[in-house]
Amino acid sequence: MRRLLENRQAAAGLAVLVAFTLMALFGPLLVGDPTAFVGVPLAPPSAAFWFGTTGQGQDVFAQTVAGAQVTLVVGFAVGISVVAIGAFIGTAAGYFGGWIDDLLGLLINVFLIMPGLPLIVVIAAYLPAGPVTITIVLIFTGWAWGARVIRSQTLSIRDRDFIAAAIVSGESHLRIILVEILPNMTSLLVSSFIGATVYAIGAQVGLEFLGLGDVSKVTWGTNLYWAANDAALLTGSWWTFVPTGLCVATVGFALAAVNSAIDEIANPRLRAHRAFDEALAEAGVEKGPSTPVIRRRKTSTR
Amino acid sequence: MKFLLRRIGFYLIAAWASVTLAFIIPRLMPGDPAQAMFARFKRKLEPEAMDALREAFGFTDAPLWQQYFTYLQHVASGDLGISISYYPASVGSVISTALVWTLFLAGVSVVISFAIGTWLGILTAWNRNGWLDKIAPPILVFLGAFPYFWLAMLFLFLFGFVLGWFPVRHAFSPDLEPGLNLAFMWSVTTHAFLPAGTIVLATLGGWLLSMRNTMIGVLDEDYTLLARAKGLSERRIMFNYAARNALLPNVTGFGMALGFVVSGSLLTEIVFSYPGQGYLLIQAVRSLDYPLIQGLFLTITLAVLGANLLVDIVYVWLDPRARRG
Repeated sequence: MRRLLENRQAAAGLAVLVAFTLMALFGPLLVGDPTAFVGVPLAPPSAAFWFGTTGQGQDVFAQTVAGAQVTLVVGFAVGISVVAIGAFIGTAAGYFGGWIDDLLGLLINVFLIMPGLPLIVVIAAYLPAGPVTITIVLIFTGWAWGARVIRSQTLSIRDRDFIAAAIVSGESHLRIILVEILPNMTSLLVSSFIGATVYAIGAQVGLEFLGLGDVSKVTWGTNLYWAANDAALLTGSWWTFVPTGLCVATVGFALAAVNSAIDEIANPRLRAHRAFDEALAEAGVEKGPSTPVIRRRKTSTR
Repeated sequence: MKFLLRRIGFYLIAAWASVTLAFIIPRLMPGDPAQAMFARFKRKLEPEAMDALREAFGFTDAPLWQQYFTYLQHVASGDLGISISYYPASVGSVISTALVWTLFLAGVSVVISFAIGTWLGILTAWNRNGWLDKIAPPILVFLGAFPYFWLAMLFLFLFGFVLGWFPVRHAFSPDLEPGLNLAFMWSVTTHAFLPAGTIVLATLGGWLLSMRNTMIGVLDEDYTLLARAKGLSERRIMFNYAARNALLPNVTGFGMALGFVVSGSLLTEIVFSYPGQGYLLIQAVRSLDYPLIQGLFLTITLAVLGANLLVDIVYVWLDPRARRG
């Protein structure tokens, strides 16, 4: 954790995430009712309405702040569930092997290859609209991604000596999975949580944009739905959809930054590369394209 | 050959799973979609015709397994039922025109994105810490963080409405007759430019990063060092030794990406009112046209499965090991 905070990329990403979480927690209390009709429809940004107003005369700033709540809650809920289900199925497949692995592996691959969004749209079309439906649908269509990486990691851990020792000493299967295997892939679990959250936020915003969410709720997705429905593009009211999109992208970018920082910390190969590059930079030499042989810039063949 | 047979077996299972899913989902849901569907029909049809249709859609009083087998029979013979919103056109005929546009849009943008992204990946890995390596990856990753359709909205707004450089909706100009003439093809190209462009921009980063990462690994391999020691030209090392080997994971990713892009292009199509599957799907959902929803889901899934099979064939051709295994 300390190494994570020392990493500039991760620190910046985490700071952004904390800021958005605080905004989602306390923002709705500060901006008042985001659905209230407060001004002239489609007014451009001004001192009174920092981000302008929607096609129905609602405050875009209030909607952007308030929309974070549902969107982030759904995103994180899906992220956690995908990792939990993935850990359950992935470790079971990897640890027990044999026909269990064959069966679960097939299930995982079938879910992976099915195009997600059409499936999501089909299911969402039949269920009553709302954040809970969206959460369930996204977990159903997204769990396989977590399961796949966790399964292959389990396969590689399972062959280590300490697992053999645990089996010989008579530990139960459940204990081996929970105490011996899972803690050894913490960084993988965190990074698949982040990946799943990014997927969930994107897919959720997309679904709600299509009008498959509860359009009476204020979320980032429904903000965009209303922007499109109130002819934001035709009237040139860019302020109705730009703030929300930037928020989604910023959260996604921050999550990706934390993810790649974790990768760098957890992956010794990348870390070694980085240390090597830094040492070279300090010495004022440039690395050759393929080998660790250090060459002077002038004699480089390139 | 064994590898391909195994893959074909897998695709058959996946196809069966999605066909079954399309059968189960409407029947698992609260309420009765059959009822909602027939309620819509009632205004248009005689009771006798209703019963015939009920039969045709497979919503009979027969036990579930029997319904399932009739359904499988219908799907296998390519009979997807009758669309409600486009009544009396069959689902198959409604879908087939839309499918062409989706395959065109998604296909063109995946290929362009793959080609440019992989090329940039090769270049950035080769000139690590060069100017391109410092600029391209962060920008593309940032663009990739935006939702597809949001980028599409922004582009539509900027280049369609504000600047007026490109048409803002449909796949070709309405006053042209489809045909193999220059005017029509030009119209199709200009109409596809923005939708395809946004998909390419949003997906480019993924190709670049995965190619760059594998390529960096390959450049550390002994055979690259040997090639260098033999005094082969830089060009040859770059393409024949490093890039060719680093390409494999990207080719595998191609199949997966296809599913993503087809999914993403659904949203893009809706933003640009592009007459493909996505546009049709959302209209089907809004008008509760359940046979059409089901048919669209099946064709999209089968198209993705088919494309993946093609990718596997390419993979076998690229990697001799797969031929023997």
